[in-house]
Amino acid sequence: MAKTLYQKIYQSHVVGSLNGSTDLLFVDRHLIHEVTSPQAFAGLKQAGRPVRRADLTFATMDHNTSTQIRSYEAAGETSRKQLEALAANCAEHGIKLLDLHHPDQGIVHVIGPELGLTQPGMIIVCGDSHTSTHGAFGAIAFGIGTSEVEHVLATQTLPQQLAKTLKIQIDGKLANGVTPKDVILAVIGQLGTAGGNGFVAEFCGDAIRAMSMEGRMTLCNMSIEMGAKAGLIAPDATTFAYLQGKTYAPSSEHWDAAVTYWQGLYSDTDAVFDKVVLIDGSRIKPQISWGTNPEQVIAIDQPIPSPDDFTDLIKADAARRALAYMGLSAGQKLTDTKVDVVFIGSCTNSRIEDLRAAAAVVGSQKVAAGVRALVVPGSGMVKRQAEAEGLAEVFKAAGFEWREPGCSMCLGMNDDQVGAGERCASTSNRNFEGRQGRGSRTHLVSPAMAAAAAIAGKFVDLSNMQGASA
Amino acid sequence: MSQIFASGLVCPLDKNNVDTDQIIPKQFLTSVSRDGFAEALFYDWRYQADGSANPDFVLNFPQYNGASILLTRANFGCGSSREHAPWAIQQYGFGVIIAESFADIFFNNSVNNGMLLISLSGANIEMLFNRSKQGPQQWQIDLANQEILLGNNGAVGFSIDPDVKQRLLSGLDFIGASETLNPQIAEFEQNRRQQLPWLG
Ligand code: SF4
Repeated sequence: MAKTLYQKIYQSHVVGSLNGSTDLLFVDRHLIHEVTSPQAFAGLKQAGRPVRRADLTFATMDHNTSTQIRSYEAAGETSRKQLEALAANCAEHGIKLLDLHHPDQGIVHVIGPELGLTQPGMIIVCGDSHTSTHGAFGAIAFGIGTSEVEHVLATQTLPQQLAKTLKIQIDGKLANGVTPKDVILAVIGQLGTAGGNGFVAEFCGDAIRAMSMEGRMTLCNMSIEMGAKAGLIAPDATTFAYLQGKTYAPSSEHWDAAVTYWQGLYSDTDAVFDKVVLIDGSRIKPQISWGTNPEQVIAIDQPIPSPDDFTDLIKADAARRALAYMGLSAGQKLTDTKVDVVFIGSCTNSRIEDLRAAAAVVGSQKVAAGVRALVVPGSGMVKRQAEAEGLAEVFKAAGFEWREPGCSMCLGMNDDQVGAGERCASTSNRNFEGRQGRGSRTHLVSPAMAAAAAIAGKFVDLSNMQGASA
Repeated sequence: MSQIFASGLVCPLDKNNVDTDQIIPKQFLTSVSRDGFAEALFYDWRYQADGSANPDFVLNFPQYNGASILLTRANFGCGSSREHAPWAIQQYGFGVIIAESFADIFFNNSVNNGMLLISLSGANIEMLFNRSKQGPQQWQIDLANQEILLGNNGAVGFSIDPDVKQRLLSGLDFIGASETLNPQIAEFEQNRRQQLPWLG
């Protein structure tokens, strides 16, 4: 019978049946970080269970770290304890840890791919919702909770049920100034924050084929924001070229066999999806969120909608509350709206390509007076490369702060926060109330749009800007 | 046979898309313990910036003091995978959440802590909200028969995945249950090493 890519990978990982419709699936990679793992290790200890496959488990410190200096102490006392707990747990169980002082430390979803830990056909889990990022390589990758982290540590497996399949086909050439971030924001705007609930979404079509791995990761990263269990893109020559030579990628001895195996990872042409969405990529414009969830999004040249535009009363009410929280009014244009803070970073948009796109917009211009602007590279590798390419200099000369890798202002667990009532152009993935700091007002945009906002001191329609690309 | 899984006072939280950043804000995630999250629940909604209770937030209404069933709307628990969210809800005193739908990871996290999450149609959720507007409600949940008993006036049936139902009723240790397949796991690992040796 014809199968989707998701079904193929799922079935190749079934260890056995637990009962009814629940299968036990094998996990190829388990990524862990300091925030969602301590209680899992404590649970193991309590039950006297060892870690079954420390060799398939990799840890980093990213959420709760200072991005100003590399020090356990810098983000405060309870943060230090949490970081030390991770270090102690990894040491005890023999788990490889990229701690704060490791040159390749970074955001878990940035370092997995760049180290080659993420490979096609795998099942990858992490106690973090944006694990969906790794689906860009044709792997089933999804976020889990701490009880499940404990389960995977103990058994290297996870009980699962087959999800429904959603095909999102995006064809056509993206317009100038339109990036993968704009594509995924437009998709979420169309499907809604719960549109993917219960589904694994496979992205396909020639707009996807034309994207770099960085762009595909941005797309899959945010598939969780429409409620999808995972995002998935079939691997191709772009994927294989990205992986070749990476630290943990198959060695030359196994490379050809691995590629042959990966080439079999695609949805059969006659596979039936539970739901299909077709999108014309050439019609997507630069996007910006105006509200407090990622479906409250518009094209930058559109006015902010009125609550009365929504026929669904609950959505209308949500719009009313969002406008009040965001300090915006219906009909207003965001291109007329001032920004206070600009954040370029997060597992959505802190890869080298993102920084290149932002730096290209900045050029020799300066950050507008009164705007605080941060660039936080996703990993040590991204940081070094950006410095080698001269991008760091571009940012610093313009007046951006150039930071150490970490999650930073995406969730503000450290001191990188947006103040109450402040408006932030952010390349991250969530514009929830208070996400970047109590009372913070987040607008989700692409790196190029964020850079343009930093320079102009207000949001800019990139399609009107000369030379904007990427 | 009726079997009451839970019963108690219902608190209506009339919102869609309640995300886990609202359920428990980030500043409470630095803990290495599994306890002590009750105070953090809905912190930014429950407390004003000066730390005093927000009288406009439903959890602070005196008539909902001691509630153990949370009634809410669609896509509850979206966002971050933090299991601190169900921990905070449970430690505050809720054992059951009734909503139109739940985010996937939040649903699993809650079940793994023995909580019952019930999804109902939009029309039924609307009906239950209307009922709770008439005054504080005391409901009972009969999990075996999959019914919410609404006091003297009727009941609403619900569907639930049979495996989830079984786990909630038997309180099974889910790591222990998977460990019964240890021989199969070992065999799987061995085959994988042979067929896909680059995976380690
Ligand atoms: S960058 Fe933001 S979304 Fe990504 S893992 Fe860190 S906190 Fe989560």
